[in-house]
Amino acid sequence: MSRRVAITGNEAIAEAMRQINPDVVAAYPITPATEIVQMFANSVSDGKVDTEFVTVESEHSAMSAAIGASAAGARAMTATSSQGLALMWEMLYIAAGLKLPIVAPIVNRALSAPINIHCDHSDTMGARDSGWIQIYSEDAQEAYDNLIQAIRIAEHPDVLLPAMVTMDGFIVSHGMSNAEFLDDDVVRGFIKEYEPKHYLLDVENPITVGALDFSDWYFEHRRQVADAHTRVKDVVLQVAEEFKGISGREYKLFDGYKLDDAEYAIVIVNSAAGTAKTVVDELRAKGLKAGLLKIRLFRPFPQEEIVEALSGKKAIAVLDRADTLSLMGGPLYIDLRAAMYDSPGPRVKMVNYIYGLGGRDINMEQIAGVYNDLVEIVKTGEIKRSVTYLGVRE
Amino acid sequence: MATLKELSMKDELLCGGHRACAGCAAPIAIRQALAAVDTDVVVGCATGCLEVTTTIYPYTAWNVPFIHSAFENSAATISGVETAYRALKKRGKIKRDIQFIAIGGDGGTYDIGLQSLSGAMERGHDMVYICYDNQAYMNTGIQRSSATPKGASTTTSPTGSAIPAGKVQIRKDLTEIMAAHHIPYAAQGAPSHWKDFMRKVKKALAVEGPAFINVLSPCRLGWRFDPAETIDIMRLAVSTCFWPLYEIENGVVKVNQKPRDKRPVREWLEKQGRFRHLFAPENEGLLEEIQKDIDDNWNRLLAREAMA
Repeated sequence: MSRRVAITGNEAIAEAMRQINPDVVAAYPITPATEIVQMFANSVSDGKVDTEFVTVESEHSAMSAAIGASAAGARAMTATSSQGLALMWEMLYIAAGLKLPIVAPIVNRALSAPINIHCDHSDTMGARDSGWIQIYSEDAQEAYDNLIQAIRIAEHPDVLLPAMVTMDGFIVSHGMSNAEFLDDDVVRGFIKEYEPKHYLLDVENPITVGALDFSDWYFEHRRQVADAHTRVKDVVLQVAEEFKGISGREYKLFDGYKLDDAEYAIVIVNSAAGTAKTVVDELRAKGLKAGLLKIRLFRPFPQEEIVEALSGKKAIAVLDRADTLSLMGGPLYIDLRAAMYDSPGPRVKMVNYIYGLGGRDINMEQIAGVYNDLVEIVKTGEIKRSVTYLGVRE
Repeated sequence: MATLKELSMKDELLCGGHRACAGCAAPIAIRQALAAVDTDVVVGCATGCLEVTTTIYPYTAWNVPFIHSAFENSAATISGVETAYRALKKRGKIKRDIQFIAIGGDGGTYDIGLQSLSGAMERGHDMVYICYDNQAYMNTGIQRSSATPKGASTTTSPTGSAIPAGKVQIRKDLTEIMAAHHIPYAAQGAPSHWKDFMRKVKKALAVEGPAFINVLSPCRLGWRFDPAETIDIMRLAVSTCFWPLYEIENGVVKVNQKPRDKRPVREWLEKQGRFRHLFAPENEGLLEEIQKDIDDNWNRLLAREAMA
C-alpha cells in the first residue's frame, strides 16, 4: 500500500534513496541538501539500508568516489547543491564521458558571490552542458517520483548516462507538502537490480577505464555521448509509462497547463510553476487565454515536442531563475529561442524574465504582469525589452 | 620473498610496449609493486606520466582492471572502487578477494591530490597508495612541485641571475604527513632496492586499512642524467641519505637501510643537470645548507627509531 504523508522535499528524496538502497553513496554536507545526507546516514546507522556510505572530504571527492564505485560495477549516488555542484564540475564531465549511470538529487541553490544559501537555478543550469541528463521537479512528489525514475533512465542500456534530479532549495527542500510514497517492494521491483556489462571488479575480464584519447579518437568518443543523449527521450517516456502503472501518476517530457488553446504562454521550471498555474487560472477566469509549459526533461532538450506545443502561440515569456550574463538572457530562454527558430508559421514573439535569484520571492502580481506584457506586445507588435529582471531593485 | 628468477616467470601486469621514456623509474617501480601482489588487484592512477604513457587508446599496458579519472583524485576514485567492492561482496555479488592500489605522481599526491589522499587515509579504505615521486611536474614539462628539492632548477624555478639557487624552498615531507594520519603502515622505498620495496608493498597490502608508500622515481629528462644510470642515481639517493628507506608500522619507526659509508650529498647532486648551478662559486653556501638539511633529517629519523 502506498502511503500519503506530509513531507519536505529533502525527506522525500531521502526516503526515495532509502527505498532505492544503492550499493554506494558518497556525499558531503552543503545547505540546503545537507538534510538528505543526514537522513540517509540515519538509514545507514539504523540498518534500514545496506548501502556503503562514504563520508568524503569534499564534493569533488564525492563525485570521484561515485565514479570509482560506478565504474567498479556498483549503483552509486550522491546529493549536493550550489558550490558543491560547482566543485564537482570537472568530475561531472568525466562521469558523462565515461558513461557512468550515477544518479544525483540536486537541491537548487544560488552560486557565490555574494554567498547565498537560497534558491535559484544557477548551479544546475551551469552544469547543463556537462553531459548529464537533467530532470527538474516542481514539488516533493515530483522530486521523489523523478529520482526513482532516474535510476531506470540512467541505467537503461540504450542510455548509460549520469542523471541529476533537481528541486528548489528551501521552497521545496524544506517546505512541507503532501506526497504519496510507494511501497519499498514496489520501488525495488521497479528499479530492478543493476547489472553492468563491463566493470572493474570483473577481474577475469580486465578493462581500462579513462584511457587517453588523442585527436584520432577523442571526437568519436565525445560523439558517442551525444549519441546516447538522442536515445534518452524515448527511454524517459517508456519509464514514465511504466511508472504510471505502479503509481497512477503521469509524467512526460514537459507539462502543459491549459496550454493547448492558450494564446499567451509562460515557460518555466520547478516550484514557481505552481504559483504561475494559479495565475493562469485567474486570468482564464477573466477570459484571457493564458497557458503554461513546465519543462521536466531539460537535458537532453526535447526540441521537437516543445516547438510543437508552443507553435502558433501569439507570444511567449520564458522565466529563468538563472542568468547567463551573456546579455542574451537566461539559459532556458536562449535554448527556447534557438528551438523556436524552426517553428512553422510566423515567428512567435518571445521575451525573457530573470527572476528569483538568491531566493527572492516571485508573486502572483508579478507573473500576472508578465502575461499583461505579452498582451501588450501582441497589441503593439513591439518588444520594448527582450530581457527583463523581474522583482529587482534597479 | 621470491627470487629474481621466480619473479621473471610471473605474468607482467604492467606490460611492455608502453611509451614511458627509456630510463623512467615509474614503470619499474609499478612492475615491482604488481609483482608483489598475490591476489586479484584493481589499479587506479592519477593523470600524469604513468597514466598517459600506458593507456593511449586503443591500447593499454595494464593487464589488470585499471581506472584513471582525473589528476587530484586517484585516492578518492579508488576509495569508490574499494567501497563498491565491500558493498557488492556484502550483497554476495562478488566472491573473490581483491586488493586495491592507487597511484599518483608527486604533483598528483603532494600537491593537488593531497586533500583527496588525506580524506581516503582518514576514512580507512583498505587500499595501498603508491606515490612515484619524481620531484616535479614531469608530464607537463618539469615544473616545480612541493616535492622538488631545494636547489633544483625546474622550468618554474629556473636558476637565474636574480635567483641563482633554483628552487629556494625545502621539500614537503609527505611520508611523515601520511604517518601523522596514524594509518597502520607508511613507508619509503626505491626500486633500486627491489627486495626492500617489494617487501614493503606486500606488507602494505597485508595490513587491514590504508597504507602509503612513497617511492623514489628518478626522471632522466627532469633530473638530466644518462638514462642508463637510473638505478645508480637511486642507489646514491639512498647512500647519501637524501632518500632514507624506512617504514612506520603502527607508529613504530624502522630504518631499513643504514649506509655503512654515508656519502656526501654532492656526489648525488653532481650527477644531475638540474643541480649543476649549485657547483658555481656563488652557490657554495647553498650546498652546505643542503648537506645540513639532509644530516638533520637523517639524525632525526635515527633518533625516532631509537625512541621506539
